Amino acid sequence: MNFLDYYKILGLDKTATPKDIKSAYRKLARKYHPDLNPNDKDAKRNFQQINEANEVLSDPEKRKKYDQYGNDWKHAEEFEKAKQYQQQSSDYQRPGYSGTQAEGDFSEFFESLFGGSAGSSGNRQVKYRGHDFNAELHLDLLDAYKTHRQTLTVNRKNIRITIPAGIENGQTIKIPGHGGHGVNGGPNGDLYITFSVANHPDIKRLGNDLYTKADLDLYKAVLGGEITIDTLKGKVKLKVKPETQNGSRIKLKGMGFPVYKNEGHFGDLYVTYTIKIPTDLTEKQKELFKELSESEF
Amino acid sequence: MRTMQTEYLIAVDEFCANNNIEISFISSLEQNGLIEVITIQETGFIGAGQLQQLEKFIRLYYELDINLEGIETITHLLRRIDLMQDEIILLKNKLRLYETEL
Repeated sequence: MNFLDYYKILGLDKTATPKDIKSAYRKLARKYHPDLNPNDKDAKRNFQQINEANEVLSDPEKRKKYDQYGNDWKHAEEFEKAKQYQQQSSDYQRPGYSGTQAEGDFSEFFESLFGGSAGSSGNRQVKYRGHDFNAELHLDLLDAYKTHRQTLTVNRKNIRITIPAGIENGQTIKIPGHGGHGVNGGPNGDLYITFSVANHPDIKRLGNDLYTKADLDLYKAVLGGEITIDTLKGKVKLKVKPETQNGSRIKLKGMGFPVYKNEGHFGDLYVTYTIKIPTDLTEKQKELFKELSESEF
Repeated sequence: MRTMQTEYLIAVDEFCANNNIEISFISSLEQNGLIEVITIQETGFIGAGQLQQLEKFIRLYYELDINLEGIETITHLLRRIDLMQDEIILLKNKLRLYETEL
């Protein structure tokens, strides 16, 4: 657990007046508030720090304690015992921001020195919405191909969610009410799950379309024929046209990825042919190719 | 906060009383097109779907001292950020297509 220099966090020195603190806090809060920096983890961390710094420095009692013991937080308990003999009263009301204020938003350092979250300091009963949770869920392409249910453990609680087929890599879905608990009867926050869909070794996806490649031997490319390829719907037989060129692409309509939340609709599958030149030719075969090359086309 | 006949509507005056905000603030948000207030028998209601956005406006106005013009600008810019983030996801996924030769 590290000592946190709350003055430094707010860009102040120890002689700062309450007005200076309020002004510095507001300025930084406008910069880092989660409402103004959605999905920015760095901003959220910075905001929690400035919120914590303000929580302490804007409360005369906490500030006094911090100034006295902040550097040596281990003595805080002794300080508390000594304070038990003193009559305490304070009508101070914390001007803290409620945006993501919830239990667990304070550092270990803070909790060691002041014992628990700010919400327990006897301030007015303000309802705080629980803060939002963010989670990342890794799927492979085949998982994302079918609608399926999955159980997640968030904050030691199991949540069973249905993941619709066609979910996109990087897509975020919101599970309302499964974030942090609200404080003083405030509503729970939401859970945001961002999906990370891994690439398939042989099949690539772009939106609802899939892309794959198929090897063709030279003879089939020249004379035409039939090949079987693997798709996410299973094996598919393809007719190869005579004189198929290397790198040419065909489209298989409706053989692509399911369209998100649009059951029964699929994108297309594009197959690119790679023509394989025969190797280890016999003398006879080489002769035949030579003969062919000398013939007129 | 108590809901009316349908659980999807919240009475503006009750919301304001519970959250300690002026009704004029809600009216200003409505006038600026930031929220929609439904009037039924002379009582204003807010759809529950707008609650999260409204709470955000309250935080911006009362806690960060941002005026209505600022809130309007921020809302517009955040919408643009959302669109741009969607576009980034699309472009990243497109890039993945070319990361390995097909």
